[in-house]
Amino acid sequence: MAHSRYARLLGAQLRVAGLTSLQYRADFYTDAVMSVFWLGVNLVPLLIVYDKRPTLADWSFPAALLVIGWFTLLKGVLDGAVNPCLTAIVEHIRKGTLDFILIKPADAQFLISTAKLSPWRAVDVLGGVGVLGFALFRLHRWPTVGQFGAALLLLAAAVGLLYSLWILAVSVAFWVVKLDNLAFLFGSVFDAARWPITVFRGAWRFLFTFVVPLAILTTYPAMALLGTLTLRTGASAIIGAAAFFVFSRLVWSQAIGHYTSASS
Amino acid sequence: MRAFPTLLRVGVAEAVAYRAEFIIWLLTTTMPLVMLALWAEVAREGGPVGGFTAQDFTAYFLASFIVRQLTGCWVAWDLNREIREGLISMRLLKPIHPLAAYAAENLAVLPMRLLLSMPIAIAALWLAGRDHVTHDPLMFAFFAVAVAGAWLLSFSIMAVIGSLAFFIDSTLAVADLWFGLFFILSGYFVPIALFPAWFRELAIALPFRAMLGLPVEMLIGLQTRAGALQGMAIEWAWVLCCWAGAITLFNAGARRYSAYGA
Repeated sequence: MAHSRYARLLGAQLRVAGLTSLQYRADFYTDAVMSVFWLGVNLVPLLIVYDKRPTLADWSFPAALLVIGWFTLLKGVLDGAVNPCLTAIVEHIRKGTLDFILIKPADAQFLISTAKLSPWRAVDVLGGVGVLGFALFRLHRWPTVGQFGAALLLLAAAVGLLYSLWILAVSVAFWVVKLDNLAFLFGSVFDAARWPITVFRGAWRFLFTFVVPLAILTTYPAMALLGTLTLRTGASAIIGAAAFFVFSRLVWSQAIGHYTSASS
Repeated sequence: MRAFPTLLRVGVAEAVAYRAEFIIWLLTTTMPLVMLALWAEVAREGGPVGGFTAQDFTAYFLASFIVRQLTGCWVAWDLNREIREGLISMRLLKPIHPLAAYAAENLAVLPMRLLLSMPIAIAALWLAGRDHVTHDPLMFAFFAVAVAGAWLLSFSIMAVIGSLAFFIDSTLAVADLWFGLFFILSGYFVPIALFPAWFRELAIALPFRAMLGLPVEMLIGLQTRAGALQGMAIEWAWVLCCWAGAITLFNAGARRYSAYGA
């Protein structure tokens, strides 16, 4: 019963987002152009590295392209579904209008997570899929069904992880109010995910694997497509993502208790 | 002009008041450190890249972190938001040019930003690349001038982009475009010495490199005095153009601005 209600609610939110974005059709062209532009920008350092070297930390050029492909795809998810909500909720907290969401008869986390979506950003997702296709073509190998399935599973884990990171960031906003630049922080940390994790050494590798698990976001799905991901790493990545999800939900429910409206 | 020191004091107080936001902001500027890790690894794995050893890369990206801290501006976003929400009217009423007020706000965060990031950055540069820092005292003087120019240039260009909000809707897309070009052409991702020759020439003639690459190269001794002077000539020419452009565009925009009863 409750599930069908939330499914209908999600449908309604998506419909509103779709209708809103149809009003701003010009944005589609801007977003499409910017998406191609940023893809190009992100490729420049890669092209220069591989202009000087045949491989980097055992990653060939097409293999590293796979990582960029996942990066672009997830960036579409981040900019399309995660960042708009983040900006919206920080604004709600600052102005005190979060009250209107909290008194609605549905889970507040669900409502704010789906409140604002930018479907035009799906261009990035398409761009990511294009890069993945090109990289596989250059590699002259097609993943088996099993590898493909593993990659999709890891993609789901990656999206879940992005979402959990986002909920954590929002929870911080309850304690420290003026955080307009949270979205920027999110974006700039995420930027490091365009490189295979094995490129980094020591403290960086630890940071990007365990603290901000960028490895799970882009490197592991790419390794799954390449068939070099061990079952153990893959499974622990998925379990880790699930644990992160639960943890973020706990922090969120703690944080919401700290909310004192602007007017009260 | 007499109001300027007061505006600076207000800005410093504001930066201290919003400490948490400030630290977040600092964390967003750690990109050079990621590029440092990457390029140092490339050089460690297969020997020097285009004459850059792992230590050269370390010095280069630590210096670029320092220069970024000194020259970061966000006036485009402030202008864009205030023009759209009508808040700019308040500034237009005041007897000081709004761009001067923005400049004061952007300058005022420097003490706090430097206090938080400089000790670590300078210590790291000292430990990792002491031999790489220039030994030429005159070059340090040049460096100060180049950084001042870099700040003015990035402020002016951000002000131009922000003032576009008087005329067009998608100002932030323009800012995005600008940053994309900046990342590539300024030496932020890759020292421009590693680019193919024609691309390097292009980067030197455009304003991007003057905002980051030039002061960095001067600090870590990659520039001769002649090269530095030539670079600074290009830099200050761009500063004059962009500053004049920012003021003209802002004034033209403010004249036709009619939002929210202004």
